[in-house]
Amino acid sequence: MSNVLAAETAAAPAAQTLSRGGSHKRNKRSTSVALAMLAPAAVLMVVFLIIPIFLTFGLAFTNARLISPVPARFIGFDNFVRLFGNDTFWRSLLNTVVFTIVIVPVQSGLALGLALLVNAKIRGTNFFRTVYFLPVVTSIVVVSMLWLFMYQPDGLINALLAKIGITGPDWLGDPNTALFAIIVLSIWQAVGFHMVIWLSGLQTIPGELYEAASIDGAGTWQQFVHVTWPGLRQTSIFILITITIAAFSLFSQVNIMTQGGPLNSTSTLVYMAVHSGFEQQQTGYAAAISLVFFALVLAVSLVQRYLTRDKESSR
Amino acid sequence: MLKRTAKLVAATALAASLTFSLAACAKGGATSTQAATPGGTQTLSLWTHNAGNKGELAAIQSVVDEYNASQTNYKVEVQAFPQDSYNQSVVAAAAAKKLPCILDIDQPNVANWAWAGYLAPIEGMDDILSKYLPSTVAKWNGTTYAYGYYDVALTWVTTKSILKKYGARVPTVDQPWTGEEFMALLKKIKDSGDFKYAADMATGWTGEWWPYGYSPQLQAFGGDLINRSDYKTADGVLNGDKAIAWANWFASMAKDGYMPKKSSADPAADFYNGKSALLWNGSWTALPAREKFGDDVVFAPPVDFGNGGAVGGGSWTWGYSTGCASKEGALDYLKFASADKYVAKVAKDTNNIPTTDAAAAMVPGFEPGGTSDVFRQISKKYTVMRPETPGYPFIATTFTKAAQDILAGADPKTTLDQAVKDIDDNQKANNYFQ
Repeated sequence: MSNVLAAETAAAPAAQTLSRGGSHKRNKRSTSVALAMLAPAAVLMVVFLIIPIFLTFGLAFTNARLISPVPARFIGFDNFVRLFGNDTFWRSLLNTVVFTIVIVPVQSGLALGLALLVNAKIRGTNFFRTVYFLPVVTSIVVVSMLWLFMYQPDGLINALLAKIGITGPDWLGDPNTALFAIIVLSIWQAVGFHMVIWLSGLQTIPGELYEAASIDGAGTWQQFVHVTWPGLRQTSIFILITITIAAFSLFSQVNIMTQGGPLNSTSTLVYMAVHSGFEQQQTGYAAAISLVFFALVLAVSLVQRYLTRDKESSR
Repeated sequence: MLKRTAKLVAATALAASLTFSLAACAKGGATSTQAATPGGTQTLSLWTHNAGNKGELAAIQSVVDEYNASQTNYKVEVQAFPQDSYNQSVVAAAAAKKLPCILDIDQPNVANWAWAGYLAPIEGMDDILSKYLPSTVAKWNGTTYAYGYYDVALTWVTTKSILKKYGARVPTVDQPWTGEEFMALLKKIKDSGDFKYAADMATGWTGEWWPYGYSPQLQAFGGDLINRSDYKTADGVLNGDKAIAWANWFASMAKDGYMPKKSSADPAADFYNGKSALLWNGSWTALPAREKFGDDVVFAPPVDFGNGGAVGGGSWTWGYSTGCASKEGALDYLKFASADKYVAKVAKDTNNIPTTDAAAAMVPGFEPGGTSDVFRQISKKYTVMRPETPGYPFIATTFTKAAQDILAGADPKTTLDQAVKDIDDNQKANNYFQ
């Protein structure tokens, strides 16, 4: 019902503006056409994003189950009480936060380094750009399967380590190394994407600025600090936000490689929600986890938005 | 002006029709799956999980073809799904009230789906099904909801030469290894250093394999997943002394280096290649193992750790849904398809244990005294069904996580206590599935 309403509200202002004349006519008209064009996308957003979010709000306070002949019942904050008393939840939250805190600076830093390298004016940069970008176009499922083999106790990585006399650990089987192993693979897989974004940012910086800087006697490092980095400010905000959100929603690698183990060392909020909601059929409980996750991502995004806005206005 | 209006109308109409068609999708009735044709033939839809499994799909298709040719009242139509998304498809269909008429169900899900009202009870087949292996007749609360053509048995795969070399006897179905015998054998093999691992229990597999493969070992120690007298609590059976003895044994198998903590993706290949001396696996390894080792191969029954051995039971089973427009048609098909020759055909094409004696006589290897007869005997003697309660999916995933944590070094008592608490909470939250 509400999706039909949304379509009507999207169309309503358009209908009003049509009957109006006057000097703003052209502007108003293009607004209404824009609104009409927006409608299909807006409807899809409402049906597949907004409504599910509101459903999650509702379901989180019920005992709804995936399969059950008994209708869902309102149970207040029971799901949240259970959730906050669950060690797996706190461990998943910690893992999610650790993953994000490591991924954001390391991945964006590495991506910037790679971008600077492949931006150099030497032969063969296209080859390296393609190589670094290859993991991005490979499905994360395939990548996870490959690394699963590489991380085995007698897999490729440990075989290489053995060559230089190091006995490698059981990467995914040891609670101390499992999350680290997943972090490394995740960076390897996604770094190419952010490299391309940095690269596009780098190429918008005019060459004259570097020429002027070198005439003024600036060295490579000074050029980077005073020309390159300020020129990349907009790009860096975009990269910060996209990496953060992607890092928070870590799921596929965990699902394929470790299923949250060993000893919860790789469990994440999204993995926990999917596991509870589908494998354990507790729709209400999973909705509560999703709601906590939603609040977390919203809070972090708002903080980031506030910080980046602040910088813009102070310039 | 007109042009713009037209554009607007078109865009709005597009948006509106999109929403309406979505709404229509969600509200579609159960009517479309069964339609009566003018000739009086009623079409019954049949869903199976076999899309990726050529042998089994072809066998089921041939049963359906023979049924369709045998009468004119009903026409059964096969629709195959990939196994990975099959359960989700059925759940989604149930939510949309579009369940197929006849469907196959993984046995441990039967209680859950029967409780949810997806499955209708099978009536009038008691005589036929009394000849089936009990593990292939899926019941809940004393009512039969589905039957299967075959079962699978768990077994320790090894060879006579290995057993001879390390001085162990070849166990028989009536006299399985005891826990002491088994551990003494593993120790000898390990101390010899001839194999990378003395045993391999396929710990690299995920999902349902964990409860299927390892809860029988828990039962062999005298523990269980839940108290089966009333299915209300797991307290005392999943965290009692015997369960803790199992957990200590399970953890020590990896910690003391008897088996890999996480097996490779293909533990059978590791066994064939001499990396491990004993392999805990299903009867599906029979064919390749026999090809590799010939008559030297040994399929040993489960180890008796004090409470007799146990193997899991129950595989894919057939039933019909409450959404079926023609109960008579569905029962008619299920009766027709339960004949021994079809049991033999499906079991043969899938290399599984035929459920009836008469069918076993028709499948090469499974006749009494045949090379694969041992699996039928193991199945008959040792099968302990996975708990037939609608709470099973939760119990299974909780047990899986607990067993994985124990293998990774968690404290057995704390881990099992937590698992018991979670299982009890879930049974209680669902009012014990009354």
